Amino acid sequence: MKVHGHTRLAALLLSPALAIIAVFMIVPIGITTLYSFLEPARYGGVIWEFSTDAYVRLLFERDIFDDTLSFSTDYIRIFVRSLVQAGVATLLCLLIGIPTAWFIATRPDRQKTLWLMLVTVPYWVNLLVRTIAMLLILRDEGPINDSLQAIGLTSGPLPLSYNNFAVGLGLAYSFLPFMILPLYAAIERFDFSLLEAAYDLHANRWKAFVGVVLPILRPGVVAGSLLVFIPGIGAFLAPDILGGGKTIMIGNLIGQQFQGSRNWPFGAALSTVLMTLTLIALMWSARRAAKAGTEVV
Amino acid sequence: MRNVSKTYFDAAGTPHVALDGIELEIHENEFFTLLGPSGCGKTTLLRLIGGFEQPTSGSIAIFNEEMAGQPPEQRPVNTVFQHYALFPHLNVRRNIGFSLEMLGRDRAEIADVTDRMLGLVGLDAMADRMPDQLSGGQRQRVALARALAPQPKILLLDEPLSALDLKLRQKMRLELKALQRETGITFVFVTHDQEEALAMSDRIAVLADGRVQQLGTPEEIYDAPANRFVADFIGGSNLLEARVSARGRVRVSDLGELDAETGQVESGKPVTLCIRPEQLVLSASGADGIGPFQVIDRTYLGNAVAFHLKAEGQMVTAHMPRGGARGQLDFQPGDQVYADFEAGALRVLIQ
Amino acid sequence: MALLDRRDKDIRNLPGFGTMAVVAVVFLYAPIAFLTLYSFNSGRSISQLDGFSLRWYKAVFANEGIQTAALNSLTVAVIASSVATVLATAAAMATVRLRFRGKEVAYGIINFPLMVPEIVTAIATLIFFATIGFRLGLMTVIVAHIVFCIPFAYLPIRARLASMDAGLEQAARDLFARPMMAFRRITLPILMPGIISGWLLAFIISLDDFIISAMVAGPGATTLPVHIYSMLRLGITPEVNAVSSLMIAASSILVLISAVLSRKTKT
Repeated sequence: MKVHGHTRLAALLLSPALAIIAVFMIVPIGITTLYSFLEPARYGGVIWEFSTDAYVRLLFERDIFDDTLSFSTDYIRIFVRSLVQAGVATLLCLLIGIPTAWFIATRPDRQKTLWLMLVTVPYWVNLLVRTIAMLLILRDEGPINDSLQAIGLTSGPLPLSYNNFAVGLGLAYSFLPFMILPLYAAIERFDFSLLEAAYDLHANRWKAFVGVVLPILRPGVVAGSLLVFIPGIGAFLAPDILGGGKTIMIGNLIGQQFQGSRNWPFGAALSTVLMTLTLIALMWSARRAAKAGTEVV
Repeated sequence: MRNVSKTYFDAAGTPHVALDGIELEIHENEFFTLLGPSGCGKTTLLRLIGGFEQPTSGSIAIFNEEMAGQPPEQRPVNTVFQHYALFPHLNVRRNIGFSLEMLGRDRAEIADVTDRMLGLVGLDAMADRMPDQLSGGQRQRVALARALAPQPKILLLDEPLSALDLKLRQKMRLELKALQRETGITFVFVTHDQEEALAMSDRIAVLADGRVQQLGTPEEIYDAPANRFVADFIGGSNLLEARVSARGRVRVSDLGELDAETGQVESGKPVTLCIRPEQLVLSASGADGIGPFQVIDRTYLGNAVAFHLKAEGQMVTAHMPRGGARGQLDFQPGDQVYADFEAGALRVLIQ
Repeated sequence: MALLDRRDKDIRNLPGFGTMAVVAVVFLYAPIAFLTLYSFNSGRSISQLDGFSLRWYKAVFANEGIQTAALNSLTVAVIASSVATVLATAAAMATVRLRFRGKEVAYGIINFPLMVPEIVTAIATLIFFATIGFRLGLMTVIVAHIVFCIPFAYLPIRARLASMDAGLEQAARDLFARPMMAFRRITLPILMPGIISGWLLAFIISLDDFIISAMVAGPGATTLPVHIYSMLRLGITPEVNAVSSLMIAASSILVLISAVLSRKTKT
């Protein structure tokens, strides 16, 4: 009686929050999965008939005339592109994030706070606004191309925008703070006085860095990569605005099914696949974290 | 407060007995102490009286009123918590007046009582300070004033002195005792410090393993420990293994025989002898007492000298007051000595 | 010499890392700074500075579409973050202070919105409202926002509550406060900094959202990001820059407030 004595009060306090999330998020995702097995109606919505067409469509193209199926990589390519772009953005964030986080974590306390503020404030700026700002400087007439031409390095504008490069860079720009913060937390936890030993064991600090420091970074790298990679796969704004509609990703493909193309079951199927990919990534990292005995996310 | 009895099981998978059939009666106007090592259940007992937890079985009555199921706010009991639990966002005055506010008293009365309490604990000048601007001793006084403000019938004190340094602790002992006499409120005091308990209490209940080991006045507990645990826990007694040799006589292996109150214990039964260090008398000759013991070490305690003695695997400590009122002081490590005891100082404990 | 050697081996100072940190900050701020700079341009161009002027800000304040959208955004953010904060506070009280079965499940559900890709949430919510036949409008946006605001409000509140001594509540009860009174007079005031940062976090997250609002907003319920997005059909205009700069300013102020608040309560 003593141990579970609070169950009723706990239920009272928790039920509003849990009910709202369950009704307006968990149930909708369930319905979405259900929709992915239905027939599309002509102007959006569904016809309540079982069909696996939405999933078949992911891999095959149906010939309009003789109804035969032929293997098509169109959608797979979009999935692969999403994964690659998210991966590239993650690597880019690691490349910038590790030195930055390291630098910040080794500053004196007061400077630390300032630097942390500096790298977190952009995160709070509206994502759409930041993506527009990115496009602004990557454009053909943007400041980068202008100054490159002005000093005579290039004769015409470099193709910085409306391509895969712009999308990858934009994704990295969107999520860089997500990478820096967990990395910083991991480095901050580390007691540098322990490294005295490493000085003797290793010939120089680069060897110490690789031998001693990278293992210390690992939980931060895993957490940060997850925080960049997962939202990266499903990103909508960066590919939409910086890719100029030419290099779309899953997020955009899903969006299209509910705006232009109006094939809800197909959009639902895409969502279900994306959701599954995300959950696999999360479970994988949770497993790793449990193994390492550290908490991720 | 009449007739307190309870058994409490803390079920965490397997039931874990924190308090096992405690029977206690605490009198009005009493300074009552629950004394025991950590984990003995004394804090649990206090939390049961305060109403923060409910007994698994048994019942608690306060002034003949059954308390079962009564939440803390319905009990005429207030608590001074171990770490004081002062409300950090309220100043000293608001902290002290909190209970009266909760009871819906009017402003004038609250101000009046709060002023009186501030005076009682000598914190008039600190009324507008926030808790984090106070020293440990001052916080302690605020906690005391806060708990006394609603004039409880019983005041519970959960190791309130443990967070203070030694000097302050000794000063607060006197103040607490004086406060109890002044207010006439029943104090139920929890501590693991036997010195504290002996100094302040009217009566003490020694707790261990969820049971009351002995209940009595400080003198009774100190001079006549009921069992080995109490003897060992209170005042660092010497415990000697012995055997009853005849009625009124005990034999300490080959060291000799002593007169002792053996009561109903049959001859040949093993017993434990309990002697306070300051009740030992040492001498070089074997005329009286038992021995020989070898002096292992001597330490100055300031007002006394402690001799650590050893014989037949049994260790004994003797405190000899300086000034030579009781036997010789000039023994050195390695010397052979004999130990005698003041009449009636020896206690025989049945094993 | 020995000192130099020491410094050379100190991995706290790795060559180039400081430069990289500066690069990171430039990378993070340059686009925003550039956008803000051009919002003050007097000319129509977004690639050539002609002079300083506030004409585009005047244009933004005269633009009824922007005004309506901004008002919608504020309405949604205020209601969603407030409701989410209340729910999150209750949930935090239960998960931190009480013992009960299924706590892990409760944590999982509260944090669930953080794990689902936004686009999935967006279309799932759209499908849900379509299925139950609920007309899209401002109400649907608010409900959708409450859902994903809950975990953001919950995290700081939970952290604050976990660091608060539960003994204070018991002390209040001991001093004759009924449970509700103890909560109002003791727990709530001490919890307040956590509640405020939870609310601010939820508020900013709500203002930030684009894709979910875009999917579930009915006609006339357009939020500011959705409106700006629609303005982009005509390309990036100085007006877009101006309204974007205003949003940058707004979020910077909110971050500053929360930073000041958290510093105050840390002492």
